[in-house]
Amino acid sequence: MAHPLHDAVRGSLDNCVKCTICETYCPVSAATPLFPGPKYVGPQAERFRGEGPSPDDSLTWCSSCGICTHVCPQGVKIAEINSIAKAEMAAERGIPLRDRLIARPTLAGRLGAPVAPLANRLARNRLVRAAVERAVGVHRRAALPTWAGRTFQSRTRLRRQPPGRPGERPAVVYFHGCAANYYETHTAEMAVRVLEMQGLDVIVPRQGCCGLPLQSNGLYPAARHYVRRLAGSLAPYARAGHDIVSTSTSCGLMLKREAREILDMEDDDDLRAVSGRMYDICEYLALMHERGELRTDLLTPLDMEVPYHAPCQLRGHGVGTPAMDLMRLIPGLRPRQVDAVCCGVAGTYGLKREKYDVAMAVGEPVFGQVRESGAELSVCDSETCRWHIAEATGVPSVHPVAMLHRSYGLG
Amino acid sequence: MGCDVLVIGGGATGLGVVRDAAMRGWSAVLVERVDLGQGTTGRFHGLLHSGGRYVVSDPRSATECAEENAILRRIAADAVEDTGGLFVTTPADDPAYADRFLAGCAEHGVAAEEVPVAEALRREPRLNPAISRAFEVADASIDSWTLLWGNARSAREHGARILPYHWVTGVLRDGDRVAGVTAQDNRGHREVRIEAGFTINAAGVWAGQLADMAGCPGVTVVPGKGIMIAMNHRLVGTVINRCELPGDGDILVPIHTVCVIGTTDVKAPTPDDLSIARDQVQEMLDAGEVLVPGFRESRALHAWSGSRPLFTDERADGAQDTRHMSRGLALVDHLERDGVEGFLTITGGKLTTYRLMAETVVDAMGEQLGDPRPCRTAAEPLPGSEDGRPYWLGSRLRRQEEVMPDDQLICECELMQRSRLEAAAASRPGLNLDDVRRVLRLGMGPCQGGFCTYRAAGVLHAIGDADGPRADELLLQFLHHRWLGIEPILAGRGMRQACIDDWIFQGALDVEHLPVTPPA
Repeated sequence: MAHPLHDAVRGSLDNCVKCTICETYCPVSAATPLFPGPKYVGPQAERFRGEGPSPDDSLTWCSSCGICTHVCPQGVKIAEINSIAKAEMAAERGIPLRDRLIARPTLAGRLGAPVAPLANRLARNRLVRAAVERAVGVHRRAALPTWAGRTFQSRTRLRRQPPGRPGERPAVVYFHGCAANYYETHTAEMAVRVLEMQGLDVIVPRQGCCGLPLQSNGLYPAARHYVRRLAGSLAPYARAGHDIVSTSTSCGLMLKREAREILDMEDDDDLRAVSGRMYDICEYLALMHERGELRTDLLTPLDMEVPYHAPCQLRGHGVGTPAMDLMRLIPGLRPRQVDAVCCGVAGTYGLKREKYDVAMAVGEPVFGQVRESGAELSVCDSETCRWHIAEATGVPSVHPVAMLHRSYGLG
Repeated sequence: MGCDVLVIGGGATGLGVVRDAAMRGWSAVLVERVDLGQGTTGRFHGLLHSGGRYVVSDPRSATECAEENAILRRIAADAVEDTGGLFVTTPADDPAYADRFLAGCAEHGVAAEEVPVAEALRREPRLNPAISRAFEVADASIDSWTLLWGNARSAREHGARILPYHWVTGVLRDGDRVAGVTAQDNRGHREVRIEAGFTINAAGVWAGQLADMAGCPGVTVVPGKGIMIAMNHRLVGTVINRCELPGDGDILVPIHTVCVIGTTDVKAPTPDDLSIARDQVQEMLDAGEVLVPGFRESRALHAWSGSRPLFTDERADGAQDTRHMSRGLALVDHLERDGVEGFLTITGGKLTTYRLMAETVVDAMGEQLGDPRPCRTAAEPLPGSEDGRPYWLGSRLRRQEEVMPDDQLICECELMQRSRLEAAAASRPGLNLDDVRRVLRLGMGPCQGGFCTYRAAGVLHAIGDADGPRADELLLQFLHHRWLGIEPILAGRGMRQACIDDWIFQGALDVEHLPVTPPA
């Protein structure tokens, strides 16, 4: 059989009653007739997959946003079925160089960081982008991040405390992910300052990529390797009783749940230890607030209205919208949640030459609401979504901790 | 209407016979009381036997199956999926049987090779990990309807006439000779008289009744009824057999999108008894659990029963124990037995041996006519199988990918497009939705007609094939027939599906108050 190790995922197709709720929520099938929808490529098509070649190319139009799984009232692991089928197809047909490159953000990060000014100039040069589009297949208008000169890791050597040696104050481990290490180092800095504001010591261990882009591009063996390595470096802290917080919605989710389910790594002890301690940073701060531990007394007014987009991966956390709860604590701030499910980029999907137009069509309702708000910035938890929304709207997009950071008067 | 050869029975055997006779140059007509393949042929589990099952208990059948298996893979590739088969010794089986099995295979020409247990489990990860031995055989799965349509098309190409929905009402006698039949044409609503130089009774499990009508009493065909349950998706990709003497629920067959557990074997009061006993459903699910742990909790889609035609003669007592009656084919020579000319009965056998049964009876006819002609059916592929490429599970999905999004999908579960429904309606006037199901798998997937029945009825109405009342009738008839196989297995996730289907048909469409008489 195609997927000996994915019984729970494949077996969940038995739950499907064809109700079509997943298809009414799917942002991609609403935007393009090329994608026949999650029910079709998921529980329906899966019954036709077995020995032999992958029969259905339309599967590749799934963006892996995961909304289908979250809205399914019957518990069908639709997005997971699709991810696994895509990986099968990738293994069978070979994976394009483009997908191998964009699946390894550490590679681009490491190459670009030492020559950040040059890399950033090149990345914004239209001729270069056209050439890159032709040669590699990354769409010329797709949003790319800006390299920071120094990585966040190199700035935070002092925070590399070994596990099990508590300082004077309670300590929390920060998992920044690749984006905050190579590109948005300011988001990482703000996260650390906001956590410290709560009286927490922040430990930043050495850490690599979580493997999510590899997974979503079908490179499962490499993804597992990355997950094992990362879980290995975080597990000692988790076992020593430290919670781990992340500013990356999707990478945090990877460690919390997706790697175990999709990459079938339930048996990995390190990963299980990390999963049990993993929190999205807003989830973590909102929980502190519930316990009366959040320093709301130090929040100063911000008189502004901001549109907030809850990224698809946040649904996977199953924690509601803690960023909204936190922003409502800031006096004068009027956060308004965008009424649309997905911005379209879905990690690396919107970067691809052939997918870019679909990604833009999917995100249009989000972009429209951000533009119409007239706000000076928009807020979103997930980095690739922020880059995509900012590029599409011309309105800068920030992580929710940036609002707390500003309200705390930290800069 | 007149012909050289009249064949009674539109199952695999009858279609095989009419094709064979037509290919040998005789003018041939086939009558079937309902739709082609609506009897035993359309009600089996889908196993193309390697012969392994019978090497100890019924060696003649084993050899017949092994030889025909190789032939059908060649001539009916389109209907055969090369799943391969495994015989496995589970903890519930007598470990001593495995060696008898291997010896039997060697002796009776059935290819079998022991494979390491780890290899079997790698290939079929859901298989019971406690199996102690595993043997690979040439089992496969075969779609009996594809096989039938292939035979029907080929027979027509050779000049045969095939008349479904023709119910034989009487057998014509000309002294000591059978001279044809009278039949009620239930679509054309008229009586037809078909005169034939020779009449072949291929009525399968009904063959005894037919022989009675021809004045040849005492042909005993015992209906050995078995129930089968299709599970919602393939739990295995290989045919799995218990390495034991044939028993109940010891075969799991992956076919199309489902896998089928079978079967029981009890003597039915009549061949038309299709009832399904609840305890037998439980027995099948329990038996599945022995092969695949977790089987009982997996979703069952549909249950059905069919009756094997088990021929008995004076030498065997067929009164009680149908399990131990031979699966071998049975040719009844009515000239020798009853002094009746122009009439032969062919019954018994397996779907796997349908071609051999046809060859045997047509050979016998030629001999009786003093006009032996050579049989060509073992060499000439059926239409659709010329390239020898076997069926592939993904083929429907691949096809759908090609026509999407221009062709509306009517049956989402089994991927039947509107264009195919319209083509079926154009080629078969007066068809009902069960006929469509047998050709195109309408309503055979997880929703069991919940979403496609009203669409299909609507399409037939829209293209003018059915007026309003007729469309209502088609809808009700199909739902009624589907329900017969759902009701006995209602539980768990199948129950949730039945509920949503019920809301659609009772809540939204109020089908029980349609202004037509529901079918009986």
